Amino acid sequence: MRPFSYERATSAAGAAKAAAETPAARFLAGGTNLLDLMKLEIERPERVIDVGRLPMAGVEANGDGLRIGALATASAVAADARVRRDYPVLAEALLSGASPQLRNKATTAGNLLQRTRCPYFYDAAKPCNKRQPGAGCAAIGGLNRFAAILGASEACIATHPSDLAVALSVLDASVETVRPDGTTRAIPIDDLHRLPGDAPHLETTLEAGELVTGVAIPPPPKGRQAYRKVRDRASYAAGLVAVAVAGDRIALGCVALKPWRATKAEAALAAGAAPAAAADAELAGAASAGHNTFKIALTQRLMTAALQDGKA
Amino acid sequence: MIGGPPSSRPPSKRFPIPMALDTADAPSASVNLTVNGEPRALTLDVRTTLLDALRETLGLKGSKKGCDHGQCGACTVLVNGLRINACLSLAVMHDGDAVTTIEGIGTVDRLSALQRAFLDRDAFQCGYCTPGQICSATGLLDEAEKGWPSAATEDLTAAISLTDAEIRERMSGNICRCSAYPQILDAIRDVAGAAA
Repeated sequence: MRPFSYERATSAAGAAKAAAETPAARFLAGGTNLLDLMKLEIERPERVIDVGRLPMAGVEANGDGLRIGALATASAVAADARVRRDYPVLAEALLSGASPQLRNKATTAGNLLQRTRCPYFYDAAKPCNKRQPGAGCAAIGGLNRFAAILGASEACIATHPSDLAVALSVLDASVETVRPDGTTRAIPIDDLHRLPGDAPHLETTLEAGELVTGVAIPPPPKGRQAYRKVRDRASYAAGLVAVAVAGDRIALGCVALKPWRATKAEAALAAGAAPAAAADAELAGAASAGHNTFKIALTQRLMTAALQDGKA
Repeated sequence: MIGGPPSSRPPSKRFPIPMALDTADAPSASVNLTVNGEPRALTLDVRTTLLDALRETLGLKGSKKGCDHGQCGACTVLVNGLRINACLSLAVMHDGDAVTTIEGIGTVDRLSALQRAFLDRDAFQCGYCTPGQICSATGLLDEAEKGWPSAATEDLTAAISLTDAEIRERMSGNICRCSAYPQILDAIRDVAGAAA
């Protein structure tokens, strides 16, 4: 791990201002992803701003909806009685990820901002446009069975690993932030992450120094909620495909570099299509990177199953 | 005679003493922890993980370093009562926190119920993962007591019953390369059943 200066933030706005002053600054909360990457020297912050003690860990009623603090842990959110009763897709998504030890530490904001698990991003000996813009992508033409099937580019075929973000997408949540100048804003969850395009190192629409303070979730939509995830092991393994359903909304996980709101499938369902046909509509533009062709069929089947469950 | 007494022997060039960290220019910080009930004041390179502080600075070697990346669970300790991976946390993040390691769970003379059950059920072979398994299982029982759900929970709004499927799911963050899983499950079931 490279040397860095460590400081503990005393306010959210102060942390944002401090981070904007130093290009190589990073916010530290749970640390479960950042510290792992710092050990591998994929992340090399010169200044680490620990926001972990800021008073942003609550889960609170917000009108008829819910507001989850940026520092609420995955365990705490999944155990919250309102989440379990009104937003089961959110509890199921959180519980399907990581291990109990990691969920006791990993925060809501950190979950949204975690980096890809693409093995070539983790392998410093291989080129990666995320790690070094313009270096090339070793996953293209490499062993890429985990790679994206939607929204990939010639520069990057990685996927975003968050389950939480997929659940928040079908719940129409928004991400609340504070900017270095102290102003706040709310970003719809589907606008937080970027597709890779020709600049896969730019992962979110956050400004330099902008700090996530919480997530606002509107009242739950009518209808059943479900989160289905397929992976190589039954527990504690990276996802191959995930599907979130809430009422008539659908989102996919592990298939793109952002949580993939399945608007084409939603439109097809609204027009009276059967679940399998709605899944086909969404996946008409899916593309294989070579070793991940199976993910297209797997996604089609998992979407169909999740939608049929939802109608039961 | 090969070489002199150990104290006068120069460090071997072929096998240098491994340095965990290059501390030349690295910032340090003071950290106050309560470890197994005792207050400990430390001054550490800020890069020091909680695991390295426990093992290397405080000499508590019970917590093990397996993968050092949060994948194996051998480093599991309880912080303010919650199980975490000590390898994926900086010690400076835990200023003021209470840490319980396997040394604080029980002693040879006063074993915890889980330690007793692991012995009775022969729930280990090499034993390297065992401190992490027992700390993790200690956290598991508390989480279940609080009614926290898991991915194996069929009804998210119902009370938690520690079925075998629940115990397996809730222990998925701890790997045993000797594969003593059936006995680990037996040991935890014994204690969970006795508590229920």
